[in-house]
Amino acid sequence: MKKEAFIERVLLFLALSSISTLLLITVFIFLEGLPLMAHVGLKKFLLSSHWAPTKGHFGILAMIISSILVTLGAMVLGVPLGLACAIVLAEFSPEKVKTLLKPTLELLAGIPSVVYGFLGVVWLVPLIRNHLGGPGLSLLAGAIILGIMILPTIISISIDALSAVPDLYRDGSIALGATEWQTVRRVVLPAARSGIITAIILGMGRAVGETMAVIMVAGNALKIPHSILDPVRTLTSNIALELAYASGRHREALFATGIVLFVIIVILNLTATFITRRR
Amino acid sequence: MRLDPRIFQVFVKAGLWLLTGFTLLILVFIIVTISIKGLPQVTPSFLLQEPHDMGRTGGIFSTIVATAYITLLAILLASPLGVGSAIYLTEYTREGWITRIIRFGAECLAGVPSIILGLFGFVLFVMKLGFGWSILSGGLSLAIMLLPIIIRTSEEAIKAVPPEYRLVCFSLGLSKWQTITRIVLPCALPGITTGIMLSVGRSLGETAVLLFTAGAALRTPVSLFDSGRTMAVHFYILAREGISMPNAYGTAAILMISILLINVVAYSLMQRLMKRYT
Amino acid sequence: MFVLGCGRSPKKALVICVAGSTSVQPYAEKLAEEYMRRHKEVRIDIQGGGSSAGVYAAKQGAADLGASSRELVETERDLLEIPIAYDGIAIIVNWRNPLENLSLPQIRLIYQGKITDWAELGLPPHPIHLITREEGSGTRNAFEELVMGKEAEITAAALVQDSNGAVREIVANDPYALGYISMGLVEPRVRAVAVDGVLPTRENVKNRNYKLVRRFLLVARELKPGPCQDFVNFILSPQGQGLLEAEGLVGVVD
Repeated sequence: MKKEAFIERVLLFLALSSISTLLLITVFIFLEGLPLMAHVGLKKFLLSSHWAPTKGHFGILAMIISSILVTLGAMVLGVPLGLACAIVLAEFSPEKVKTLLKPTLELLAGIPSVVYGFLGVVWLVPLIRNHLGGPGLSLLAGAIILGIMILPTIISISIDALSAVPDLYRDGSIALGATEWQTVRRVVLPAARSGIITAIILGMGRAVGETMAVIMVAGNALKIPHSILDPVRTLTSNIALELAYASGRHREALFATGIVLFVIIVILNLTATFITRRR
Repeated sequence: MRLDPRIFQVFVKAGLWLLTGFTLLILVFIIVTISIKGLPQVTPSFLLQEPHDMGRTGGIFSTIVATAYITLLAILLASPLGVGSAIYLTEYTREGWITRIIRFGAECLAGVPSIILGLFGFVLFVMKLGFGWSILSGGLSLAIMLLPIIIRTSEEAIKAVPPEYRLVCFSLGLSKWQTITRIVLPCALPGITTGIMLSVGRSLGETAVLLFTAGAALRTPVSLFDSGRTMAVHFYILAREGISMPNAYGTAAILMISILLINVVAYSLMQRLMKRYT
Repeated sequence: MFVLGCGRSPKKALVICVAGSTSVQPYAEKLAEEYMRRHKEVRIDIQGGGSSAGVYAAKQGAADLGASSRELVETERDLLEIPIAYDGIAIIVNWRNPLENLSLPQIRLIYQGKITDWAELGLPPHPIHLITREEGSGTRNAFEELVMGKEAEITAAALVQDSNGAVREIVANDPYALGYISMGLVEPRVRAVAVDGVLPTRENVKNRNYKLVRRFLLVARELKPGPCQDFVNFILSPQGQGLLEAEGLVGVVD
């Protein structure tokens, strides 16, 4: 009996350690970042586009807009392609193709983001520069690379969601005279809705948080973009470019940027939980 | 004039197949490019030599060692902590609002952009605690990043074990811990292992955290306090600065092979464990 | 058993940590390789991060030596400052760009964003793709001091890259790009333009004809006797300086 109590204590200790580690980070980020938000004023921090930290200007609007646009662009590319792929692979293709493709997708999901970024610099950026204009390092390049990066995530989770729909539903629909596509559109997709939305939100989270690939292809200029061919700097890129030498208020500003990112992720997760709960 | 659904379906399917083909083309293109340009570089001397001249010549031995070192440290720290926490959360507590909050917290932290962990690790481990750019700083930061993933996957694996198993154990007079070690954990082992393998895979690709905590030293790290660059960081630097394209591709190819190997090992391990315990 | 790294422990200090300027980094690596060849028990780790990062790391003690390619500012003056070389900042364009010369005022106007098209410089019309370094870069700070002056600011529309090598890669691949890098990193794919008629060569840096010259510094909180001191002495010795001069820099010890 004593051994049981001891083991329970040990496990409790491990659990508490985990929780406190996770809490530590959150608290650390907020403790470091909030003073700056208070000092500058939340409105000015979020709504001013003047970022010149060495001179005391801490407005991250340009970067917020860039992050949003790049993520949106990635979703515009990634979601339709990803869903189409998932539907075809889950519903319209033979088992053999599925077993071949699932590991390929996992392999692609594991490829480091810097490799995607590099291939983007070598192949995509010159394409944009020569055929569309601008320096090539641009919002468009960032969105495309991110879109490609989140494809494996969206595809595999969507395939799982679609496969989880019982064949009973499909058989019933076909028995009623519907075509395969009608079945997919009106029966399977709605049934898999929460899983697919989770896939999309996870993809979105990944896009928002990506740093290295974006630094390589997006150009990192500090202006609010006027066209998709303009270079942009996202919130994450900004942190990466400046964290090594930032001190004092500047560093607090980077943590404050971290708070903003953290809040965005929490909102995304809450949305995902809410949607899956409603099912 | 309504279109016959069967004809409409042909168009839709064609469109979807086209999109799928396009997507797969892009994804396959990535693998093929890395393979064609990188595999020729992967020779035993490439793997066993140290990099010279900023990485322009020589091999990537030091980066392989650094990657192994940091990943091992991170997994050694995060696994016991993560699996232990998962066991406690599922077996020793009742499902309530506390556990839900903890789970939500773990989900959020799993989604936090890695650069923020890099910032955190840099400020805390490298600067404040004085570890400097080191395997220790990198391993600790990476462990924090992997912890939520391991907790989540272990929890799911443990929860998937049917409650009947536990009831049978109790009715036979086994204690809680005996139940866990003899029945629950073995059943959950495939899932837990997958989670750990997933984490290893993520560690291999992680750059943002390690560049700022483990640094970018070119030489083979020996002690915990030595700095070292992982393969992903090495690739990033080589590629960005145009130091050596062939070496960059070679590093990428090795990364890709490593991930493939890990996936294969994880899969076969999972198969074997499932056969043994279920 | 564990050797405490980066010389923070007073007991064993066989590891020297140098961090900072990406301009200094390749030269520091060369010097380190040579030094470690002669002293097999010492290990020198070189980190990048930019001049400000290096100075900051030296100040905090995370690095034994900070490498900077700009002068120290007021708040950093309490650090020990060791000049090791002179280097020029080269203004580079793609090898296909026929531009050969720019005046200092022209460079300033370009970087302010007031000259935006190659047509204004006598070339076929096309927007200039302007590249600068991140704010913590020593090269950027030196460039701002030497070219922009106190009033003019680099335009926010310029592309930002975080190392000399990255700037060079972009200029090497984009026919319409313009950037600035350390003189020693110029290679055939990019052309260094003459500034006010003077090309950035070793000679022109040495005799100060080329105007965009800055010092490479090593900074430290203190230089206790030991491997760090030895390494610095090596860098300042004829062998060390000779190595730097062979790589294209101008030594400080004449």
